[in-house]
Amino acid sequence: MAIVDAGTAIADQPAHMHEPTGWFTQYVWSQDHKVIAIQYGITAIFVGLVALVLSGLMRLQLGFPETFHFIDPNAYLQFVTMHGMIMVIYLLTALLLGGFGNYLIPLMLGARDMVFPYMNMLSFWTYLLSVLILLASFFVTGGPTGAGWTLYPPQAILDGTPGADMGIILMLMSLAVFIVAFTMGGLNYITTILQARTHGMSLMRMPLAIWGIFVATALGLLAFPALLVSAIMMTLDKLLGSSFFMPAIVSLGEKLDYAGGSPVLFQHLFWFFGHPEVYIVALPAFGMVSEVLSVHARKNIFGYRMMVWAIVAIGLLSFVVWAHHMYVSGMSPVFGYFFATTTLIIAVPTAIKVYNWVLTLWRGNIHLTVPMLFAIGFIFTFTHGGLTGLFLGNVVIDLPLSDTYFVVGHFHMVMGVSPIMVLFAAIYHWFPLISGKKLHDGMGKWHFWITFLGTYAIYLPMHYLGFLGVPRRYYAMGDTGFTDTSVQSLNAGITVSALIVGVAQLIFIFNLIYTVRNGKKCERNPWHAASLEWQPAVYPPPHGNWGDKLPIVYRWAYDYSVPDVQQDYIPQNVPQDAINELSKPRGKSL
Amino acid sequence: MQSQSNTSSLQSLVDDWSAEKQAFQVPWGKLMMWIFLLSDTFIFSIFLTAYMNVRISATAPWPNTSEVFALTIGGIHLPLILIAIMTFVLISSSGTMALAVNYAYKNNKKLAVKLMLATAFLGAMFVSMQAFEWSKLISEGVRPWSNPLGAEQFGACFFMITGFHGVHVSAGVIYLCIVAAKILAGHYDGRSLHIVEITGLYWHFVDLVWVFIFALFYLW
Repeated sequence: MAIVDAGTAIADQPAHMHEPTGWFTQYVWSQDHKVIAIQYGITAIFVGLVALVLSGLMRLQLGFPETFHFIDPNAYLQFVTMHGMIMVIYLLTALLLGGFGNYLIPLMLGARDMVFPYMNMLSFWTYLLSVLILLASFFVTGGPTGAGWTLYPPQAILDGTPGADMGIILMLMSLAVFIVAFTMGGLNYITTILQARTHGMSLMRMPLAIWGIFVATALGLLAFPALLVSAIMMTLDKLLGSSFFMPAIVSLGEKLDYAGGSPVLFQHLFWFFGHPEVYIVALPAFGMVSEVLSVHARKNIFGYRMMVWAIVAIGLLSFVVWAHHMYVSGMSPVFGYFFATTTLIIAVPTAIKVYNWVLTLWRGNIHLTVPMLFAIGFIFTFTHGGLTGLFLGNVVIDLPLSDTYFVVGHFHMVMGVSPIMVLFAAIYHWFPLISGKKLHDGMGKWHFWITFLGTYAIYLPMHYLGFLGVPRRYYAMGDTGFTDTSVQSLNAGITVSALIVGVAQLIFIFNLIYTVRNGKKCERNPWHAASLEWQPAVYPPPHGNWGDKLPIVYRWAYDYSVPDVQQDYIPQNVPQDAINELSKPRGKSL
Repeated sequence: MQSQSNTSSLQSLVDDWSAEKQAFQVPWGKLMMWIFLLSDTFIFSIFLTAYMNVRISATAPWPNTSEVFALTIGGIHLPLILIAIMTFVLISSSGTMALAVNYAYKNNKKLAVKLMLATAFLGAMFVSMQAFEWSKLISEGVRPWSNPLGAEQFGACFFMITGFHGVHVSAGVIYLCIVAAKILAGHYDGRSLHIVEITGLYWHFVDLVWVFIFALFYLW
C-alpha cells in the first residue's frame, strides 16, 4: 500500500479552511459540514413534525368520521398529499442525505470537509427555500394541493381538486428548488467519497453507511431529473395550457382546451423517479443500520463484500422496476410481466442484506442499548414490509390489492417506519459524537417500545383492511355492501394507536432538548466503535475535524472482538504494531 | 493469453477503483463537473424521451419540420437553413473552446481568454438566432397551447426543449465570461488553469445535446 504523495487530491486541498470568524459564520452562514448537517437535520425534523400532525388529523377523521367538522373532504385530501410529500422528500431524503450524509461522509472518510464547502452551504439554504415554498402553500387561496403525493394529472391541475389554483404550482416549484438543492449537495457527496478519502481508506474499507449514502446519492442525481422534467411539463400544462399530460377532457360539464396529451407518460416519468426514490431513502438506512448493528453486537458485519455488492445491485436494479407502481394504469400487460420479474429479482440482494444483518447478530455480544433496539426493530419492520412487497410485485395479486389499505400498510412498513427506525437508531447512536452528550437511556427505551409496538398496532390491521377491500385516500367509508361494521372499530383502534405513537415522539423531542441543556459530557467514544468518525480527539469534532494531521487508516471499520487482542475493538487508524502492543497481557482491559 | 490480458486489465480497473484516497486522477472540480453533466444528461434524455412519447401519442398530425423551419432567402426556398447555420455556429464554438483549453494548458492566458470570449460570442450568436427562430414561429401563430400547423404538442415541445437548451447556452456564455474575467484578474495560475477545461466540458456538453435535439426534433 503505497502512500501517494502530494497527488492531485492534496493539491486541491484549499489553502484556507473557511474558519468561522464569528457567531454568524459559525452557526448560520457556516461552511462546516457538521453545522450544515445539523441545520439540515433540524429543518427536516421540523417539517417532519408538521407531517406527523397532518397524519394525526387524517387518522382522527378516519377513526371518528363526522366528529371533526374542521376536516372536510378537501382538507383531508390536502393532509394526505402534504403528509406523503413531506415525509418522503423533505424529511427522509433531506435528513438521511443532507443530515447524516453531510455529517458522516467527511468524518468517516478522514476528510476535513466536503470538497466544495461553499456549495454545500448553498445546498442547505436552497433546501430551506424549498421547504418555505412548500409551507407557504398552506397559506394561499385554496390551500395546498390535494392531488395525492403522486400528483397524477389530469386531476392534479383541474378545478375540483383542492389546491388546483395555487397549491399545485407551489408544490411543483418547491420540488424543482429541492432538486437544485439536492444536486448541489449530491455532487459534493459523490466527489468527496471518490476523491477526498484519507490515506489507506480504500473503497472497500469504507463503512457500509458511506456505501449506502454513495449509491443513494448517485441514484438521486440520476432519478431526480425525471421529477424535474415532469414538474416542468406539468407547470407548463397548468400555467400555459399546453397538453403534455392532458387528453381531451370534459370537466365539471365543460369541454376543456386540452387535447392529445398522455397522462400515462406522467406516471412513467414520476415512477422513474419515484421508485429509485424508495432506495434513495432505503440505502443510507441500510448502511447506517449496519454500523449500529455491528458496533452494538461487538462483531464485524457479516459478509461485508456481499453487503457492498448488494447495495450496488439494488441501486442498479431500482431503475428497471418503476412500472410495478402502474399495473392498473392501463399500460401494456407485457410491461407488467417484465416489471414483475425485475421486482422479484431485486428481492434477492435485499434478502442477502437481511440475512447478513441477522447473521451479524448471531452469536454476537449483543448490547441492548437504545440504538440497538431501534436497529433490531428495523430488521423486523423491514422484513415485514419487504414480504408484503413480494405480494404487490406480482401482477395478479396486485390487481385486487391496488389502492387498498394493504398498499398503505406495505409502504409505510417498508419505507416509512423502517427508515425512521434507522434514523432514530442513528440519532441515538451518533448523538454523543454530535453533541458530546449521550441521550437519556430511560426516555429512549420508552420511546422505542411505544414506537415499535405502536407501529405494529397501526399497520398490521391496515393489511387486513386491505384484504377486505377498503380503498385508500377515502375521506369516509360511509355505508358499503362489502365491509362489516367492525371495519370502523378497527379504524378507530388504529387511530388511537397512531395518536399514542405520535404523542410518544414528544418524548424524543424532549429527550433531545433535555440532553442538550442538562446532559453530562459523556466519555470519548462511548460505544467503543472502531470506525473513523469516532476517533477525533474532541467531541464534537472541531472545524477541520482532525487537527494538524489527517488520520491514516490501516484496516476496515469492523474490527470487533478480534481474537488475541486485549481490547475488544481496534479503531481504523491503529497500525498493526500498536495492536501487538495492545495484545500483550495486561491487568486491566481497555 | 487473451484471457490473461483480460484479467489483468480487469485487475487494473479494480485496482484503480479500490485505490486509497482517490478513484480518479483528476482535480475535484473536474470530476464534479463530469458527474453534474451525467445528471444533466438524464435531464435532457428524459426531455427528449418525453417529447418522442408525446409526438407518438399526439392525436393531431405532427407538422413537417423541414417546412416549418424553412426560410426563403433571395427567392430561394431553403429548408432548415437557419437550423443548419445555428448548428454550424455552435459546433464551431466547440472548436474555439478546444483551442482555449489547449492554450490554457500551455499557460498562454491571453490567447486562452481571447478564444474563450470568441466561444462566448459564438454562443451568444446561437442564442440570438434562436430568438429569431422563436419570434418567427410565434408570428406564425405557434404557441405552447395551440398550433395552426398541426399537433399543439409541437409548439409545447419546441419551446420547452429549445428553451431549456437555450438557457443552458446562455448560462454557458455567462460562465465563460466570468471565468475569462477571473483569469484576466489573475485568479488562476499554472495548474489551476484547468478551470478552462472544466468550463470547456460544460460547453462541449451543451453542443452535444444540441446535436441530439437537432437529430430528434428537427430531422425526424
